[in-house]
Amino acid sequence: MVSKRIVLHFPHRLVDQPIVYKLVKDFDLSFNILKASVTPQEEGLMVLELSGSEQNFDKGVEYLQSCGVRIQPLSQDIVRNEAKCTDCGVCVPICPTQALTVDPASRKVHFDDTKCIACELCVKICPTRAMEVHF
Amino acid sequence: MRSIKEINEKIKKGQVVVATAEEIIDLVAKKGVSAACRQVDVVTTGTFGPMCSSGAYFNIGHSKPRIKIGGGTCTLNDVPAYCGLAATDIFLGATALPDDDPRNKVFPGEFKYGGGHVIQELVSGKDVLLEATSYGTDCYPRKKLETLINIRDMNEAVLLNIRNCYQNYNVAVNLSDRMLYTYMGVLKPNLGNANYCSAGQLSPLLKDPYYKTIGIGTRIFLAGAQGYIIWQGTQHNPGVKRSTNGIPVTPAGTLAVIGDLKQMKPQWLVGTSMLGYGVSLSVGIGVPIPLLNEEICAFAAAKDEEIFARVVDYSAAYPQMSAESLGEVSYAQLKSGTITLMGQSVPTGALSSYAKAKEISLELKSWIQKGDFLLSEPHQPLPGFESGYVFKPLKERPPFVGR
Repeated sequence: MVSKRIVLHFPHRLVDQPIVYKLVKDFDLSFNILKASVTPQEEGLMVLELSGSEQNFDKGVEYLQSCGVRIQPLSQDIVRNEAKCTDCGVCVPICPTQALTVDPASRKVHFDDTKCIACELCVKICPTRAMEVHF
Repeated sequence: MRSIKEINEKIKKGQVVVATAEEIIDLVAKKGVSAACRQVDVVTTGTFGPMCSSGAYFNIGHSKPRIKIGGGTCTLNDVPAYCGLAATDIFLGATALPDDDPRNKVFPGEFKYGGGHVIQELVSGKDVLLEATSYGTDCYPRKKLETLINIRDMNEAVLLNIRNCYQNYNVAVNLSDRMLYTYMGVLKPNLGNANYCSAGQLSPLLKDPYYKTIGIGTRIFLAGAQGYIIWQGTQHNPGVKRSTNGIPVTPAGTLAVIGDLKQMKPQWLVGTSMLGYGVSLSVGIGVPIPLLNEEICAFAAAKDEEIFARVVDYSAAYPQMSAESLGEVSYAQLKSGTITLMGQSVPTGALSSYAKAKEISLELKSWIQKGDFLLSEPHQPLPGFESGYVFKPLKERPPFVGR
């Protein structure tokens, strides 16, 4: 079993087509939609947590790519700008998945991007706007 | 035991022994107060957090022909500065916002840029846009000025903060059922989180709770430069309730400080945006505490377990000026990540960076060890616990009608 958080970019021509449901139907994968949006330029963006057997996962991703969907792991899109972060820790109780924690010894803020679900709650509440999301 | 003069002699000879406010805790625990005090001459403290009553004054130099900005208008990167001074002196406050900032019209407002950010950009050496208008006089005929300006070209650029370094602060929580956007950060409903804002065992005034060494004229680390305490800060409130160890459990003493902005560093003056509240400036300050006797040493060794803060509900008690408290918690509990309130486990968040406070205490320590920083004798103590000096609420009176 694998479970990964991925970002899907749908080009304009695919926005009005049913694609994601096939991941369940044909590849026996389950997904949890963490974020979905269509921009004014009609490009679609979806953040999914996708789970299933490794073989099916790879086939599913292959299928999405064959349709023209661009895929990248979520962790590439969420950045803690270390030059801006002052290690205050006000983000820590706001993060719903404990992706942001304070190291008990150094009192520095640690960001575990594998736990991040890109909810963006931390982005606006960071006093120095050190959490950056680049989709 | 020792005087400031004697300590300065040791600094000049390179023989001074300095411990940070963290290190003195361990030393006292291991050796006891007497031995620790004999060994250490100076304890260095530190704090880094949003401090709204901060600002800077500038003399921008005279343009040709001259303009009298005093009585006119002036903005730096669209952020209005105060112009009620002489022709080319202006003051920029940390919380000032551009006129066209939407503020909280779309709630919660983001407050992306304001006075604190301009100060940080100036300290970083960036050019900022100065725009000024005036009414024109015989001696100052010009009515409009638009120019890029850099801190190095100004005559004076001086940080002048009228309230910094709060001696303790509230722990903010939310008992209501809606999200709150406050200067203490976002407070989730129904005790969703508890936010605090103090460096605790590193914080200057918590380590000298009766202001026995920290006074008017004390030389300090101010945002990477050497600055001074010039007065008690606004809202100074020394007479509040204290624990048996003498440490206040509520916001108490405050400091007014000054220093040369041109010598400061941008990592210690950081523009800060509080969602739904406004902008501010996070300031780094470190104050040296000379261990003149064992009593001062014992105070300087207070640890997070012994320093308590009051928990306040920001949905009702705080905005309504009620003194109601939900209890007291120690900084050790706050730093553990959760506190227990009304039978509920509540995650904690800090607005004050302990990591940066520690860095400041170490930086000030190294300045003193290298002989770059001498201690100053305070010229006058801050109003103390028994001075009768109090922080009063506003007494509103209806204006005269029909005059």
